[in-house]
Amino acid sequence: MQIPYLIEITYLVASVLFIYGLKAMSHPTTARRGMNAAAVGMLMAIAGTLLHREIVSYEWIIVGLVIGSIIGAAMSIWMPMTAMPQRTALSLAFGALAATIVGIAEFYRYSGELSAFKMSTIDFEVLFGGITVTGSLIAFAKLQGLVRGTPVTYKSQNIVNISLFIAAVGIFVYLIFFPVGTLFYVMVGMAFLFGILLVLPIGAADMPVVMSLMNSYAGLASAATGFALNNKVLIIAGTFDGFSGLILSILMCRAMNRSITNVLFGAFGSAGTEATQIEGTMREISVDDVAGQMAYAR
Amino acid sequence: MDNETIISLLYVFALAAFQGYLVISKVPPLLHTPLMSATNAISGISVVGAIVLAGSQHDRISTILGVIAVISATINVVGGFMITDRMLRMFQDKTGKKK
Repeated sequence: MQIPYLIEITYLVASVLFIYGLKAMSHPTTARRGMNAAAVGMLMAIAGTLLHREIVSYEWIIVGLVIGSIIGAAMSIWMPMTAMPQRTALSLAFGALAATIVGIAEFYRYSGELSAFKMSTIDFEVLFGGITVTGSLIAFAKLQGLVRGTPVTYKSQNIVNISLFIAAVGIFVYLIFFPVGTLFYVMVGMAFLFGILLVLPIGAADMPVVMSLMNSYAGLASAATGFALNNKVLIIAGTFDGFSGLILSILMCRAMNRSITNVLFGAFGSAGTEATQIEGTMREISVDDVAGQMAYAR
Repeated sequence: MDNETIISLLYVFALAAFQGYLVISKVPPLLHTPLMSATNAISGISVVGAIVLAGSQHDRISTILGVIAVISATINVVGGFMITDRMLRMFQDKTGKKK
């Protein structure tokens, strides 16, 4: 069989295994089997990619895979169970960094000969990737206690954030028509800055929602990479992540009886005004949840 | 990239988005934390793009960027799957049959 088709088939199987794996997450008894299937899918995707015709040397790939595996394994073995949310945030930052770097390298290599479509995918990639890198790093720092966990607010925060956002969108559109090098790197910098500003005003207790949203952005960045490279497994896994992350953050907010806008932008308005707050928490719960929690309670 | 390819990629995108919505909306809140970790592990799929970048030896800067990307993506993949497994193992002790 020809190599390109073989690669596509490994990607297809990997995509099916990812979907199966996440589907199995809907019940505690099947969840672990599902994740093993997803891990096999990831291995297949990596093995298939190694056959790619553009790859001429393997030494650096192997170096990268080995170093990454050692760090990743060390992080997951020695981190205490109570520090899991932080670790997930850190892992998220690394994944997004990879997508951002791939986007930057694509721009660097092909600048000048990029089509409007490809340029817009690269734009999306670095924008979502950049926001996720710094956003999850701030989430990590807040959960770890390196940064004050309470919402950080200051006057005119809204104006700063909105103008930064508008400027980034402006550059985004401009780059599609005129891919200018310096402006591109300015946009990457703005994405990094925006990630910090977006997460700082959110309290540490709401970090799971933020992380789920960041997960969604990281997925969308991967999906954009897939569009840029014409790689379907990247699109499937990335989009799947992007939308599941979004739904998950909405579900989490609903479990806390709050709206997602309240969680994300709740601190923005409260800089000067002191509204009456209802104390305590109220959690809505369904019969299925109670059954699940009772079955696994210790 | 011709228009036909773009359209087929958009099909894949739309269907995957819908699939993501359907699968996740059935997960109980009990499993939200492992699920987040699981989707995080899968978002490490960007390792695929990173590998091609690191191996294509286009020029030195691309290779350096590629190696950094491979390292970070692998941390995400390996760490993500191992952590998810560690979390899910906590759910299995009760039944006594497995493990």
